[in-house]
Amino acid sequence: MSATVTLEVARYRPEQEDEPTFESYEVPLRRDWVVLDALNYVKDTLDGTLSFRWSCRMGVCGSCGMMVNGEPKLTCAAFLSEHLPGPIRVEPLRFFPVVRDLVVDISDFMSKLKKVKPWIVRRQERALAEGEYRQTPDQLDTYKQFSMCINCLLCYSACPIIGLEPSFIGPAAIALARRYDQDNRDQGAGERLGILSGHDGIWQCTFVGECSKACPKSVDPAGAIQQYKLTGAVDWLRSVMPWGER
Amino acid sequence: MSAPSPYTLHHPKWYRHRVSVFWWLQKRSYTLFVLRELTSVFVALFAALTLWQIRSVAAGEEAYARFVARLGTPAFTVFHVVALAFLLFHSITWFNLAPKAMVVRVRGKRVPDVVVAGSNYVAWLVLSAAVAFILLGR
Repeated sequence: MSATVTLEVARYRPEQEDEPTFESYEVPLRRDWVVLDALNYVKDTLDGTLSFRWSCRMGVCGSCGMMVNGEPKLTCAAFLSEHLPGPIRVEPLRFFPVVRDLVVDISDFMSKLKKVKPWIVRRQERALAEGEYRQTPDQLDTYKQFSMCINCLLCYSACPIIGLEPSFIGPAAIALARRYDQDNRDQGAGERLGILSGHDGIWQCTFVGECSKACPKSVDPAGAIQQYKLTGAVDWLRSVMPWGER
Repeated sequence: MSAPSPYTLHHPKWYRHRVSVFWWLQKRSYTLFVLRELTSVFVALFAALTLWQIRSVAAGEEAYARFVARLGTPAFTVFHVVALAFLLFHSITWFNLAPKAMVVRVRGKRVPDVVVAGSNYVAWLVLSAAVAFILLGR
């Protein structure tokens, strides 16, 4: 008989129940299997009604984020062998409304992301004939780390502030704002700082630092937020000085 | 199943978890974070104590002697031991976090985190040595 491991999966069927329950499934314990493989095994062979999101199964698409034993993880990168002896508890990402089983609603994040204008803002687009916007490797290096974000939202589930203050713009959106601010082709830093220094922006963050620990792409959103605080504070100081620009 | 749930296809009945008041006890790193935030209370108490000391110095020799005598009581000794522990925790955790907020670039290359944090520790040592020299060197 081959080895197995128990998966305790959160189920929420809004047409049947008012709050989530747990269901246990016995899945084969294969050395090269990740939690996502086990979930697909459940869906294929044990219970076709289980709902969860996934796409690339290689840590790029950011769809398969879930709580594994209470920690936010990409299930495509969470090996069963790292969570032994089990049972392995799989829950939907924390602090997001649950739509069904392991599927959460992320529309709130999408609207927050749009607010910080995560694209290159130009006061005036350069004409095509004037050629491309140039960038040196050093200039690329200043923001590259923040551009690695895959919007998997593990950082939102790691951040207790998101749970306490749901209106907080949050780690990933701020890291992506920083990504464009640091881009030498961008001219939207002032617009973004206006949004980020508002009530729901950077000052909500108390630097717990868990977002950076949870990030599977080493984006370091906590770093981005603290750097913004420094920028924001210097900006404010300049504005109140008699010689400052208002 | 008894009564049908108020569920329609296009208006799903979302489930929202409630955050417990004791969320900060559920994970070690959250607890350490809350402790780090609490250290600010001891920083403030130390500052208040210093102000009190300055006031008693200004009020004359007798008042200062009373202040020193009060500091010698067991209650104040306990307070100082606890406050020192919290202040060390405060300084060390914030020094270690400094590289996150401060990105220093020299000739286009980012200065390593260890150097940024290390310079904070060096400044701390130098200032502490200066204070010790003033107090003990007389």
